[in-house]
Amino acid sequence: MKKDNYIVGIETSCDETAVAIVKNGREIISNVVASQIESHKRFGGVVPEIASRHHVEQITIVLEEAFEQAAIEWEAIDAITVTEGPGLVGALLIGVNSAKALAFAKQKPLIGVHHIAGHIYANRFEQEFQFPLLALVVSGGHTELVLMKEHGHFEVIGETRDDAAGEAYDKVARMLNLPYPGGPHIDRLASNGEENIKFPRAWLEEGSYDFSFSGLKSSVINTIHNAKQRGEQLKNEDIAASFQASVVEVLTEKTFKAAQQYHAKQVIVAGGVAANQGLRAALQEKFSDTDVSLLIPPLKLCTDNAAMIAAAGTIAYQQGKRSGWDLNANPALLLE
Amino acid sequence: MNILAIDTSNQVLGVALLDNENIIGEFVTNLKKNHSVRLMPAVDSLMKEANIAPEQLDKIVVAKGPGSYTGVRIGLATAKTLAWALNVPVVGVSSLEVLSYQGRLSSSYICPFFDARRGMVFTGLYQWENGEMREQQEEKNILMEDWLKQLAAKQKEVLFLSPDIHMYREVILETMGDLTIIPEMPFHLAKPSHLALAGLHKEADSTHNLTPNYLRLAEAEANWLKMQKENNNG
Ligand SMILES: [Zn+2]
Repeated sequence: MKKDNYIVGIETSCDETAVAIVKNGREIISNVVASQIESHKRFGGVVPEIASRHHVEQITIVLEEAFEQAAIEWEAIDAITVTEGPGLVGALLIGVNSAKALAFAKQKPLIGVHHIAGHIYANRFEQEFQFPLLALVVSGGHTELVLMKEHGHFEVIGETRDDAAGEAYDKVARMLNLPYPGGPHIDRLASNGEENIKFPRAWLEEGSYDFSFSGLKSSVINTIHNAKQRGEQLKNEDIAASFQASVVEVLTEKTFKAAQQYHAKQVIVAGGVAANQGLRAALQEKFSDTDVSLLIPPLKLCTDNAAMIAAAGTIAYQQGKRSGWDLNANPALLLE
Repeated sequence: MNILAIDTSNQVLGVALLDNENIIGEFVTNLKKNHSVRLMPAVDSLMKEANIAPEQLDKIVVAKGPGSYTGVRIGLATAKTLAWALNVPVVGVSSLEVLSYQGRLSSSYICPFFDARRGMVFTGLYQWENGEMREQQEEKNILMEDWLKQLAAKQKEVLFLSPDIHMYREVILETMGDLTIIPEMPFHLAKPSHLALAGLHKEADSTHNLTPNYLRLAEAEANWLKMQKENNNG
């Protein structure tokens, strides 16, 4: 009989210190996340040095909690997996070095994992993958369309040429004096507003699956400025609704086209912005008449966590990938 | 008792393995290279050479700074996790105290320091007394010029130790004159075996609570506090 795989995941790429233990890549045994969001709020964004300071203070506490919750023996653990990149280098370094120490102390295999592979594999806790699979990854740092023909193989068919969608949300939120992080606030305002301002949609050249949000961002800023100069008062709800409509339309259309071109059996949404209600609703509608299975993870698996790293790491482990003791943090790691 | 000592707090990468006070092995480089890449291979090769398995370690000692913020954290993340996983005590030792051990045979004041940019240094004052390296003045982040004036006022000889000694040699001699002792270069680098020795008799830290000895707030935090103060005064 095939033995069960128990994989440890460690994630410290941004402002969450997280450790999880996952069984066979699909079952969460424990999943502990220590968020620093309160500490960064006063700065209006994540400060890398502060994030790194928190990670080094939290890491063994979070490890201990994850192992206590899992109540698992070390003999059962097959490998230690960790986010190798992309992310904030100083933050990544805490996870990577802690993972190396853990793997060395217990003499277990060590495997570096791509953060986005993690976001994609968070969906596998919900449903088994069907290939070809198309993943729309949207978060504070990423906007990407990723094609998977089999487990563990990723082909980026489209990505942002400037700002990530989440970044655009944060910047517009700041313009509207909304607290950090701005995404959820815009989403909430948008649901009470009307799409009465026509903001541009960046389709880019024909057939491209790339994204661009900097033009939209500038357009929002200019519109607010011009209205102010004319003494007009725009409703924040309407700005939010109109901005969100532009983002959601581009994301939804491009995802739909790519799904058709690559004959995707499954489309999954991954990353923090996958929590956005407007986006979820638009995608559900767009794919409702197709036989493509659309998978949107529950909110708690959209944000950064370590279970997703362990899930992606399980495939890497089963495919025989191993990292050496010289594993380093790689803030610009490519998904491949 | 097998002790593993790790120092990645400054440019020197140091790993030492001791059985109580006896050095089993020591690995030191003074290269501008990546600690994160090289630390664990160094630990692995030293322990393999000595034929000691991880579970045979009894204590982890780590240099907790001051120094490079990132370097200090690489050492601490590694040491804390090793200690937690192996269920052994961990001890953090000030990187300035470790460097002071290079003056172990001197009876004068010892001033270890690291450059902290813009004329500032991380420094302290130590002296060997009754069998231990005693801190004579609290470690701080201070303008070297001001610090040297304080030292000169003591009218006592001071032994200066620093990998950055070349940056400050002239100003030290100008201020301290005949009271200056500056040894040859090999004495200006912290040794991991000294780190292990310093940690040998120190009480263990709580693994969870052991934090870096930054001696300085993060810039964003310092600016934020300054703004709060200004707002309160205005
Ligand atoms: Zn993420």
